Amino acid sequence: MNATAGAIATYNFAYLDEQTKRMIRRAILKGIAIPGYQVPFASREMPMPYGWGTGGVQVTASILGPDDTLKVIDQGADDTTNAISIRKFFQKTAGVATTTRTGDATVIQTRHRIPETPLKSGQVLVYQVPIPEPLRFLEPRETETRKMHALEEYGLMHVKLYEDIARNGHIATTYAYPVKVEGRYVMDPSPTPKFDNPKMHMSPALQLFGAGREKRIYAIPPFTRVVSLDFEDHPFTVQDFGRPCALCGAEHVYLDEVILDDAGGRMFICSDTDHCEERREAGHAGEMLAGEAAQ
Amino acid sequence: MYVAVKGGEAAIENAHRLLDDRRRGDRSVPALTLDQIAGQLALAVDRVMAEGSLYDRELGALAVKQARGDLIEAIFLLRAYRTTLPRFGYSRPVDTAAMLVERRISACYKDLPGGQVLGPTFDYTHRLLDPALAEDAGTDQPVRREGETEPVMRVSEILAGEGLIEGDGAVAQEKGVGDITRTPMEFPMDRDTRLQALSRGDEGFLLALGYSTQRGYARSHPFAGEIRIGEVEVSVDIPELGFAVSLGRVQVTECQMVNQFKGSAKAPPQFTRGYGLVFGQSERKAMAMALVDRALRASELGEDMTAPAQDEEFVISHSDNVQATGFVEHLKLPHYVDFQAELDLVRRMRAEHDAARVTGAGDELEAAE
Repeated sequence: MNATAGAIATYNFAYLDEQTKRMIRRAILKGIAIPGYQVPFASREMPMPYGWGTGGVQVTASILGPDDTLKVIDQGADDTTNAISIRKFFQKTAGVATTTRTGDATVIQTRHRIPETPLKSGQVLVYQVPIPEPLRFLEPRETETRKMHALEEYGLMHVKLYEDIARNGHIATTYAYPVKVEGRYVMDPSPTPKFDNPKMHMSPALQLFGAGREKRIYAIPPFTRVVSLDFEDHPFTVQDFGRPCALCGAEHVYLDEVILDDAGGRMFICSDTDHCEERREAGHAGEMLAGEAAQ
Repeated sequence: MYVAVKGGEAAIENAHRLLDDRRRGDRSVPALTLDQIAGQLALAVDRVMAEGSLYDRELGALAVKQARGDLIEAIFLLRAYRTTLPRFGYSRPVDTAAMLVERRISACYKDLPGGQVLGPTFDYTHRLLDPALAEDAGTDQPVRREGETEPVMRVSEILAGEGLIEGDGAVAQEKGVGDITRTPMEFPMDRDTRLQALSRGDEGFLLALGYSTQRGYARSHPFAGEIRIGEVEVSVDIPELGFAVSLGRVQVTECQMVNQFKGSAKAPPQFTRGYGLVFGQSERKAMAMALVDRALRASELGEDMTAPAQDEEFVISHSDNVQATGFVEHLKLPHYVDFQAELDLVRRMRAEHDAARVTGAGDELEAAE
């Protein structure tokens, strides 16, 4: 998409102009310097709607170079419509190489999941964030929540978690489960299931979070402590599906429930499509595939 | 064997191809040209330029065409283009007193210097559908009086002469130009950046909020002091030259509301102002903006905060229709990973609930307490 003489509208490499990318990179650097702190930035309108990954796309556009290899996932899958749309956007505007293999990517943009394959040093995971403020549903006003972060006043959050336990016997938050970063800021991990929270802790990869509509960027540098909030007598636990993936037989991974028929038949398969495919290529088979092979 | 639920690249491509087809419609009907849209759907293009914050009739018309007439979609297209343009600098403030006025009315005075100029208005038309417009029956040339080329005095200046209205407000010299597209918004906002946000805010949202102030939710007794529509010159300082150079003219609509004010400990009783300024001919928007601007000045003027229209964080955070439409419509995106987590939780809680019911009345009594 280089400038064409006579065209009435033209665009830069990776869509954003260089001034904007520099501004966003400054915000990213500040975010890295203060892990978990939400850095306000002058978010731009993007050619996809707010709430569809504009924050993540801006972060990706600002860090992407011509030599990068990009992977985009949504719900853990490379082939969901919005992931395809964003991947094609960068193919078109930046011409970068793309991949579905977690291990081959230098930049991974994600919505709602962290890949099952552990990330490596040098990789960047870019999260799309709808509501960056973990305290938002306890206090709707930004003026108040910023003050609460500044004063490290997180009592309200603990009261909320305590009330969950008093009412339900356990904490009733299953995704966007709040974490404390490097012992200071309480942070929203974006609406990833809490199953993925432990993967953020001491990750060798750089984790960047972009919230376009709310105009915030935050970051977790490599090897940073990320602790899910809990109580001594009610320690944090992750979901356990109690069964392996029906296709690749993987255990202790996040599973999607797929309805098979209108008689209540269902199976559970890996949410991370790349992880599932790589395992199947390596010869693993779950009950559904094993059953097919037997037939 | 099992139901494949994941979306496909081919599906997206086919959907967009169908969209292109529907946009074009019946191929035996000539395609719309940008000139037709800019010329004959001018107010749609004006709204798109105003809320898209980009003054370019050709691109506005292209956006309307591409969006199949969905104006918020067109605004979005224009914004997403505008945002990629490098920022060279800021223009000098436009002087609306020097406007080439095409329309200028005041509800405060029967007649006034410069006169009441109706211009091209829907006001006083009878809203009867005109079957003649279904055909191109030919249109009369407009009648023009010998124009006054003198600048037309602002109504606020007439009131200011008597000291009955507050000043325009001063901006500190060192403050520089606020820019909501380059600096993240922070609450409380300054009035200049707040006005910027209102100027690109959704017409429908501001209309409803302005209306709510008239119906008693932060009533401010407004009078339409003046509404003027016309072209103003935009000039920019060129540092290398040391003087300002004209870039051209843009059409704007300006509304100054004059509002009653009883006075406070800080200020004497006087009229106060609400201000609206919008690209193109957008009178409804400019008036609504002026009402909301005045309502948002409640804390500055020491008024009671009682209504949504006075709440800056509420109003400004929700006035941008590109943000609003995106986030509302993002609910269409898949959320099944989180929904899976919620399914799991609800199943578990139901099981616990059923188990608790079985264990008898004693527990229930305890729960009821």
